[in-house]
Amino acid sequence: MSKMTLKTEGDTHIIVTRRFAAPPEAVYRAHTDPKLIQQWVLGPEGWTMPVCINEARPGGKIRYQWKHEKGQGFYLTGEFVSLEPYSRIVHIERMHLPDPTPDNYVETRFDPDGSSTLMTMRMTLPDAKTRAAMLATNMEQGMEASYKRLDSLL
Amino acid sequence: MNLDATFSALADPTRRAILSRLAKGEATVMELAKPFEMTQPAISQHLKVLEDAGLIVRRIDGTRRPRRLAKAGIDAMDQWLAMLRKALEKNYSRLDNVLAAMEHNEKGKSQ
Repeated sequence: MSKMTLKTEGDTHIIVTRRFAAPPEAVYRAHTDPKLIQQWVLGPEGWTMPVCINEARPGGKIRYQWKHEKGQGFYLTGEFVSLEPYSRIVHIERMHLPDPTPDNYVETRFDPDGSSTLMTMRMTLPDAKTRAAMLATNMEQGMEASYKRLDSLL
Repeated sequence: MNLDATFSALADPTRRAILSRLAKGEATVMELAKPFEMTQPAISQHLKVLEDAGLIVRRIDGTRRPRRLAKAGIDAMDQWLAMLRKALEKNYSRLDNVLAAMEHNEKGKSQ
């Protein structure tokens, strides 16, 4: 419905914004209820999330496990730092590929804007090298999708 | 630009990491070998592939041969950023549908 923005800030931040046609309460729930998370946090085509643990309380655990239709998989773990329903979530996450990536400190804000919500996600990586590596890793997923499209063209 | 060579060059995670490192500025083989815990010959081999694909270039500075991103390498990095963007956009367009279904269910319940 609306355009997402993604930009880097300083050496260690990545900032993503997106508007949603629903009140903050609904967008917050879609970020904290495992049954809802499993429906959309899937990245490129072909992935599912068979395991989703999301204990939405301070100190609560996070574990997302993805599986590709061709069989390979990877997972993410994390912990909640603080939650302010329905306006703010702070958590720490890392990917396991299978070695863990450095911690990514993520603050997600949900601000009401009329009847819709403006989401602002601010990621903080330990250093510039980590941010570059993280962008490269996430892109790897995208590369997979491109290769598949390429396969279908050849 | 040879797309085939570019794709094979980018298919290796070490070579993608080398490009990420070079995105921050030029570096010598020795500087590149250190964080990757690889031998210099192994790094040199990866650099040759990246060079042949036109993604990086070398400069001569006395006895040093620092490498930096070529225009094609910069474009490839931009493309990667675009792919992260694409994965997130995909997630959020799914979320639009989830939110629409939630609203629909709420309405159903209150009737």
